[in-house]
Amino acid sequence: MAIELKMPALSPTMEEGTLAKWLVKEGDTVSAGDVLAEIETDKATMEFESIDEGTVGKILVEEGTEEVKVGTVIAILAGEDEDVSDIEAPAKSDEVQDVAGEGKDVGREPSEAGITKEKPAAKERPDDPAIPEGTNMVKLTVREALRDAMAEEMRLDERVFVMGEEVAEYQGAYKVTQGLLDEFGPKRVIDTPITEYGFAGIGTGAAMGGLRPVVEFMTFNFAMQAIDHIINSAAKTNYMSGGQMRCPVVFRGPNGAASRVGAQHSQNYGPWYASVPGLIVIAPYDAQDAKGLLKAAIRSDDPVVFLENELVYGQSFEVAQLDDHVLPIGKARIMREGSDVTIVSYSIAVGVALEAAEELAEQGIDAEVIDLRTLRPLDTETILKSLAKTNRVVIAEEGWPTCSIASEVISVCMEQGFDYLDAPVLRVCNEDVPLPYAANLEKLALIDKDRVVAACRKVTYAD
Amino acid sequence: MAKASSTESGNSKQTGAGDGSPPKGEEDFALRSLQETLEKDRRFKASEEQLMHFYEQMLLIRRFEEKAGQLYGLGLIGGFCHLYIGQEAVAIGLQSALDNDRDSVITGYRDHGHMLAYGIDPNIIMAELTGRAAGISKGKGGSMHMFSTEHKFYGGHGIVGAQVALGGGLALAHQYNDDGGLCLAYFGDGAANQGQVYETMNMAALWNLPIVFVVENNQYAMGTSVKRSSAETEFYRRGTAFRIPGMDVNGMDVLEVRQAAEIAFKHVREGNGPVLMECNTYRYRGHSMSDPAKYRTREEVQGQREKNDPIERAKKDLADAGIEEDKLKEIDKEIRARIAEAADFAESSPEPEPAELYTDVLVEEY
Repeated sequence: MAIELKMPALSPTMEEGTLAKWLVKEGDTVSAGDVLAEIETDKATMEFESIDEGTVGKILVEEGTEEVKVGTVIAILAGEDEDVSDIEAPAKSDEVQDVAGEGKDVGREPSEAGITKEKPAAKERPDDPAIPEGTNMVKLTVREALRDAMAEEMRLDERVFVMGEEVAEYQGAYKVTQGLLDEFGPKRVIDTPITEYGFAGIGTGAAMGGLRPVVEFMTFNFAMQAIDHIINSAAKTNYMSGGQMRCPVVFRGPNGAASRVGAQHSQNYGPWYASVPGLIVIAPYDAQDAKGLLKAAIRSDDPVVFLENELVYGQSFEVAQLDDHVLPIGKARIMREGSDVTIVSYSIAVGVALEAAEELAEQGIDAEVIDLRTLRPLDTETILKSLAKTNRVVIAEEGWPTCSIASEVISVCMEQGFDYLDAPVLRVCNEDVPLPYAANLEKLALIDKDRVVAACRKVTYAD
Repeated sequence: MAKASSTESGNSKQTGAGDGSPPKGEEDFALRSLQETLEKDRRFKASEEQLMHFYEQMLLIRRFEEKAGQLYGLGLIGGFCHLYIGQEAVAIGLQSALDNDRDSVITGYRDHGHMLAYGIDPNIIMAELTGRAAGISKGKGGSMHMFSTEHKFYGGHGIVGAQVALGGGLALAHQYNDDGGLCLAYFGDGAANQGQVYETMNMAALWNLPIVFVVENNQYAMGTSVKRSSAETEFYRRGTAFRIPGMDVNGMDVLEVRQAAEIAFKHVREGNGPVLMECNTYRYRGHSMSDPAKYRTREEVQGQREKNDPIERAKKDLADAGIEEDKLKEIDKEIRARIAEAADFAESSPEPEPAELYTDVLVEEY
């Protein structure tokens, strides 16, 4: 059977090219791999190789012809048992069919995208499971709560293990994994070398292989060395595999500014990770949420970035003494009800927001404080409900202002809550500078209660 | 999990006799022992049936890739498309020695051949290349992102070298589950210069992970030859710093690759930790379809095709074994028909539904 040789597309964007030179003539025998012609585009000259064996029957486009459209039949190749002279050139037609590079339209119907596609509606999110009356409440530090969460999940599921720098014998750089080695042994509490890119990849691969790794970064600043695995390997795999390959890994560790450690060790990565589809991003504030959400993160079939805060590790909070209290991912928590202004916050800044609310109360302003808890997916419903009630929103975020979670919350309020707004939404973030070392400068750079109070007074037109 | 403690001091620094023979220290012996075993007998004694099977599989990859190149030229395949033509013996030689019930495989973006080596239906691979709903990743992955968890094939990864660390994780899972499996992690001579490859080798050796690192050295990292990119061009030596034994394998001979696989897999399965195998091979086509390949001469490529082709070599072995030429022609014909069918399928299958845009982002609903 005669084979039509068509003008090839040599790159994803090529539409036409020059047939610079024929290296074969009619009647030549060719085999796979022989160069038939040289084709020039504005970027390169490429050799056009034969894929089949046969005899060059007719050459239909002379060498030197410019602007030959991709897909044009340029020659006919006769098969093994055919006579070259029998080959008829196809009827000459200016109309080129099956043009490649022009929308990949060969054999396809025009896409209806944009007409039929519909974004699925978000699921109604469940509330936190109720704490039964009479439940014993104990004081726990966030550090202990996180450790308990891991230990409980490790007891329940053999596939769960912890890996990271100093997590085992040293008992954790910040003592979050204290005691885990004793209970679970070195197989399930694995000390790694200082090699973030490598062990993040190994953790991600282990999740692909069916385990449930909890990968601890000593701080999230060091996870920048590993961010490729978090985003390219973990977050995108389920989508790229058409839902075949899961990656149930938890990346956890302290995030945000610590104290006097300078710019390279003081950064909030919440907005970075929260911008990536395919990831779950959690940033709890108190011990109860840290525990219940870390348990949920470990059980999730999706990759989770779990952002803790070093300065909060040692703070104590009431935690319900329950066997298995798992909190819903994607649900914000109203930390304090109020009617005049909503302060949206997460992680360490929730503490700042609560302090500000106390002071505002003394000034006669009743602030509602929302702890987002999960940054992705964002609980826009809770934000908008509160906005509808108070008509004013301030975001308190320990992090840079540009392209922040605050920016995102402002967008949500503008796009979905505009009619409820009685004042512009304000953000109170860190100063837009690398975090300085000097004590006074560091203090100036970070958010504080006074700035949150000032912003709330502004949106309530109190001044 | 710790490896055997090192030998007495002094031994490790012992040098060779100065006549080119390997050093005689005990540690050096361990590092070279697999290579020495290979050198004793380089070619696997394949039965006629096995040899025929290797030939068929390599030919299937070649014809598939030729067709993929053709479809790319027609605009049916978009983006990047990295063809495996010339390297067929590596995937076939290695994967034919795997225990498919236990072992896992992971590779980079030049992944079509490895998938075909598993016997995965060419239709759904080709349909992924054309971005159709019937593709193995529902058309959402493309040439570089294909997976088959059913076959323990973990992709198909587009970031150079990332698959090596992920492979370390798959090996960790084998060890953790004590399932007796090993991970075969392929990467190229280009990826061999990525830092995470060595981070992984360190941990794999430290933890004694069941993994075989395979450098498919096709001589060019995109347009840069190994000589221009690598201070040590003998990649199999690069595990030395981590006490990982190396093997230097002719990746253009399927029987030698298979033989090396037998030796390496045995070593790993016996609990001796990782192996680094360099398979010297050659890609006939450009790095990807849009590569004009001006960094090497036509003669160089033609020389490899004519003198070193893995399929021609297998063909000659089959002829030596008394297989009739007609039989091989018949096989070629069948494979061409099979590939034509895959191309038709890939061309005529519908594109994904627009609603697929939003599926598979997350597994769970929140």
